[in-house]
Formats: sequence, C-alpha cells, structure tokens
Amino acid sequence: MGAGNVASATQTQSLETYAEGFSGLEKDAVGRELPWLRKLRQDGFDRFNAVGFPTLRDEDWRFTSLAAIVQTPFRLARNGHGLPTAKQMEPFRMAGAACTLVFVDGRFAPALSSLGKLPRGVAVSSLASELAKNPAAVEAHLGRYLNFQRDPFCALNTAFIEDGAYIHIAKSVVAEAPIHLLYVSTPHDFPAVSHPRNLIVAEENSQATIVEDYVSLGGAALCNTVTELVAAEHSVVSHYMIEREDAQAFNISTLRIQLGRAADVASHSVLMGAALVRNNVHPVLAGEGGECLINGLFVGGDRQHLDNYMLVEHASPRCGSRQFYNGILAGRAHGVFHGRIIVHKDAQKTDAKQTNRNLLLSDTAQIDTKPQLEIYADDVKCTHGATIGQIEEDALFYLRSRGIDQASARRLLLMAFANECLDRMKDGPARTHVESLIQSYVAEVTGIAANQASPAAAGEVK
Amino acid sequence: MSLLEIKNLHVNVGGNEILKGVNLTVDAGQVHSIMGPNGSGKSTLAQVLARRENYNVTDGEVLFNGKDLLAMKAEDAACEGLFLAFQYPVEIPGVSNAYFLRSALNAVRKYRGQDEMDAMDFLPKLREKMKLLEMDEKFLNRSVNEAFSGGEKKRNEILQMAVLEPKLGILDETDSGLDIDALRIVASGVNAMRSPDRAFLVVTHYQRLLHYIVPDRVHVLVDGRIVRSGGPELALQLEETGYATVGSAAGAV
Repeated sequence: MGAGNVASATQTQSLETYAEGFSGLEKDAVGRELPWLRKLRQDGFDRFNAVGFPTLRDEDWRFTSLAAIVQTPFRLARNGHGLPTAKQMEPFRMAGAACTLVFVDGRFAPALSSLGKLPRGVAVSSLASELAKNPAAVEAHLGRYLNFQRDPFCALNTAFIEDGAYIHIAKSVVAEAPIHLLYVSTPHDFPAVSHPRNLIVAEENSQATIVEDYVSLGGAALCNTVTELVAAEHSVVSHYMIEREDAQAFNISTLRIQLGRAADVASHSVLMGAALVRNNVHPVLAGEGGECLINGLFVGGDRQHLDNYMLVEHASPRCGSRQFYNGILAGRAHGVFHGRIIVHKDAQKTDAKQTNRNLLLSDTAQIDTKPQLEIYADDVKCTHGATIGQIEEDALFYLRSRGIDQASARRLLLMAFANECLDRMKDGPARTHVESLIQSYVAEVTGIAANQASPAAAGEVK
Repeated sequence: MSLLEIKNLHVNVGGNEILKGVNLTVDAGQVHSIMGPNGSGKSTLAQVLARRENYNVTDGEVLFNGKDLLAMKAEDAACEGLFLAFQYPVEIPGVSNAYFLRSALNAVRKYRGQDEMDAMDFLPKLREKMKLLEMDEKFLNRSVNEAFSGGEKKRNEILQMAVLEPKLGILDETDSGLDIDALRIVASGVNAMRSPDRAFLVVTHYQRLLHYIVPDRVHVLVDGRIVRSGGPELALQLEETGYATVGSAAGAV
C-alpha cells in the first residue's frame, strides 16, 4: 500500500513536469496555427495525462520496469542549447550514405547535416520545415497510422510533435544509397527528453533505404521517438534502427509501418546501447500480397535492459511476415522479446513466422521471451519458436581442434550468431555500417578483442 | 624419435575408467589402425589425443613429436600438427566453410611463425584440394557442415586435414555412414596425403576402410586395452571371426 502511494506520487510529479513542458510548447510550437495539428497534440497529451506511464501490471510491459524513467524529472530539451561540433559528430558518420540529417535532441541541425545530391523525386527534410512549407502533405499521413491509445509513450510523443525527419520518395523513384538519420542526445544541466517524430512516405513502386541511428554525447537523456513509415503499393523499403547511445540514455522507439498492396518492407533493428531500450515494431499488412521482414539483433552487457515488442498485424489476404530476433546477453543484462501476431478475419492465406534465439553468456544474464498469436482467419500458416542457450561446447572444441584459440573461437561463434541477422540485410553501405558496429560491440560486451574480418558467408568468396 | 608415443595411458570419464593402460607407438610415414568393438574406448582415445576437456587422464603419458601432448590445449595440439577427423563433425551455422578453413590455416601458420594467407592466395590452394575430394565449390560459401549430408561432412573433414597438412591425422570412424563411393573418395584423399613425414591413426569398427587405406599396423582395442597387434592381415581375420575370438585383455601385446 505504502509503496503504491510513493509510486503514484512520483508518477503524479512526473506527469506535472511533462504538463509544464506541454503548456510551454503550445505557446510557440511549430505549426501551432494548424488546427489539426493542435488537436493531434492535445489529444496525445490528454491520453498520456489520463493513463500515465505503464506499470509492470500492464501485460505489454510486465518484463520492463520504467521506474528509472518515471522517477527522473526529464524536461524537454528544446531551445537555445549549443550544438555539438562537426568534429564531435564525425565518428558517427556512415560511409556511403546519400545524405545525413542530424537531429540534436530531436531538432534538425542543418549546420551538421549534409544533404548531398539526392535523386529527383527524393525529398528529405525536417518535419518542422515541411509543416511550415507544405502542411497538407504532412497532414495526409501524420498520425494517421499510429494508434497512440495503445501506448502512453506514443501519446506523449504525439503531444510533443514538432520536429524529426520527413522523407518522401515519389512514385517509381529508386533512392539507391541509404538516407542516414542521425539522432544525438547532448548533455544538459538537467535530464533531457526529446520526442523525434519521423514521417517516411514511399509512394507506389518506389524504393528506399532509411537508417535511423541513435547516439549520445553523455548526460541523462530520454529519447522517445516515433516513426510512421508508409509503404505504398509495390514499394520496397529497408528500414534500419540502430541504438548505440551511452549507459546514461533511455530510448523508447516505435516504428509503425503501413504496408500497401504487394509492398515489401524490411525492418532491421540493431540494439546495442543505452541503459534501457524499448523497441516497438508494429507493421500492419494492409494490402494484399504484402511482405514484411522484421529482423533484429540485441546485444547487452552490464545492466542493460533491452526490450523488443513486436506487433505484426495481418489485415489482408496472402501476406507474409517473418520475424527473426537474436539476442546476446552478458553480465547482468536483461532482454525481452515479445512477439505478437494478429491475423485478422479476412487475412486468409497468411504466412507468418516468428523466431527468437538467445545466447546467454553469464549466469546472471536474463531473457524473457513471449510469443502471442491471435488468429481470427481459418486458412493461415503461423509458426513461432524461441530458444535460449549458451555457446555450444561442441562447436567451441571443434574450432579449437583446428588450431583456433579459445577467445577467437568464442568471438567467431558469437559473430556467427549475429550474422544470422546480418545475412538478412541486403549488401550495401547500411549493412556494412551495422556490421562494423556489431563487431566492435560484441567484442566489447564479451571482453574479446575485435577482429576486422567477418565470418559471414558472403564475405569470403566472391 | 617416434611421432606419437602413448605410454600406459589411463583415462577416466565421469568416474568410469575407459582406457586402462594403452601403449602405442606410431612412427612418421606409417598408418596404424585401431580396431575394436563399440564401447572399447576407441573414440575416447581419439578425443584425448585431440585434447578434449572433461577426459581425466589418471596415469601415463603421451609424447607427440617429443613434446608432452597431455600438457597441450586443443588449439596448441592442432598447431603442433595433430588433426582429428571427427566421427560426428559439428555444424556451425553462420560461419562459412571458406572463412573457417582460412581462419584455421592462419591460426596454425601464425603459431609456426609463418605469414597469414589472404583470401586471394588461399582460394586457389583450397580449390585444388576440393577437386581431389570431388567437392562442389558451393561448399565454400555454405556454413560449416550445416545441412551437409553424412558423406559431405566426412569429406569436409578430410578437406580440412588436407588444408592444415598435419603431421598426424587421426580418423575417428570416418567410414561410419559412408556409402562405397564416398568411402573411396575419402580414402583416396587420405592416400594422397601419405608421406614419409606424416602418420595416420585410423580408428574404425570395420575392415572395409582398411581395404582402401592399407595400414602398416593394426591394433585391437578391447575394454580399454590393446589386446593384439599385427599387420594388415589381422584386420581381415577380425572381419571373419569377429572381436570375440581375439581373446581377453590378458593377451595384451
């Protein structure tokens, strides 16, 4: 009883901090003259205010304690803070990107960004500037897919919609090189929260690769980000989510994907950083014949908490979804995989597959894995499976018996496990970027020296 | 100096004594075969020599090329030139065969103070060995042993041996599960490697493999002891009469 009172008192206090932030925002927010946007924000805030933060009693959050977020008085990181230097951002660049948009605490920073030379029909800008210049294009999609009733963090993000990435790929246009979106949390003299809101629209028959990359420069930070990705008929989109913030950071992200008829979307999540991560991926296969790959790797050490919440909705016939998440957990890290598949009544001939494989490298590492299938159609194929294991002694001995020392053999087996995820990514700059990050992080977490070579099947023989 | 000298080797596995005083000497250039019924300790001997952990050596010593083999880790024994072709090769998803082979070769080369080989130099060498074993190029990019048939796995073992060029090759029931064509290919791969400075220890239950890899000496292992040794004719005799007639451990050589 007593504990409950303390918790709710903290919760109330915390909500007040957000209310202050919201009333401050209302005075001068971007697009405040747009009635639909004002209403969207207000609805988001009202919802958040009504329900507050989720607790362990909430089925969708039962493995993830948000106490650290609720108890920290995060304030909106918004105005007048100095930008990091270009030099500070240099290590985070991605080779081979078509362009890099840098968002500092959720705000677009043109001075640090490089727009490069984009193909005709590829529009890349900030949501704030698009709201100012072309609000109708934004209104057509923003908030139309995300159901913030489902998740208080999405409601909170919606309340604070101001800036983020805006990407539009015109009909039949192929944007070959990846679009790099770099989100950096910077230190403040208070715990800072940002709510990037991204809108990606790939029109009919277009193709694009988008990389969301979350980094930090120190300081307590909460990044609560939402991306709505609209993949129209016959479009092919690869989306990468890379989390590599430092141990003072919290990251809550939601990727809501709307797939049109015969659209093909791949979502790749690579989670390595932050103290606490909640990675929500929510594709809705809304048109016949859509295909969605939901691929992920989470690697945690120390006391990291990495929570993956997948919600795959089949709303049309003859769609396929394949979920593959691999976890590597060392130290006292805690991983969560929640894989929910909903097959709606009309989604006949659905082919949905889900696999979650985990390696625990210590006795104190922990994984909770939970499949959840809700099937309302009668002619479907749904499979799921989860495994939890250690590095196999037989495999280790086999490698050692060929002359490979123990540390290298362990690294090889871990990278092989990680490579199951890498192999599902198309060859190109995005995969190369992710691969080198994974190699160094796997080495760091497991205390094994990194090696530049990759055991990936594709890498060796050309 | 003999290449391999096993003296009075006693090995305990999970509280049971499996090897009860094995003595065996193998010189360079020779092929020795260890034959014996199931459960006689053949595979235990092979695993101990390859330095698998969890095998408790309670007595005896093993010299490999004059060095104390039992003091070596598995990777060091391999680098010193000992190779075990596994009875049950392990599948390693996510590691390509080509990468694995090159990593192993480079580990061995590094240990010997040689330069590492890059993929460009390595691949022609590998392809040549694969041809000998009639292995398709597709095996290079496939994960180690993953979804290989029994025969493909065994050929892959011999391929690894051909790449690593050990001083001593131990074949642990390499013939089990092989059809006659695969057996011939594997045997010709081994025979191609026979040389005056290399030896083989062929562990098998049946005589058939020895028809193709003709040994210099045959030893019969029963209940943890070598009970009889002889020339290749001993294998034929065993095939006809079975292990029961070889006699008890009392007749150890």
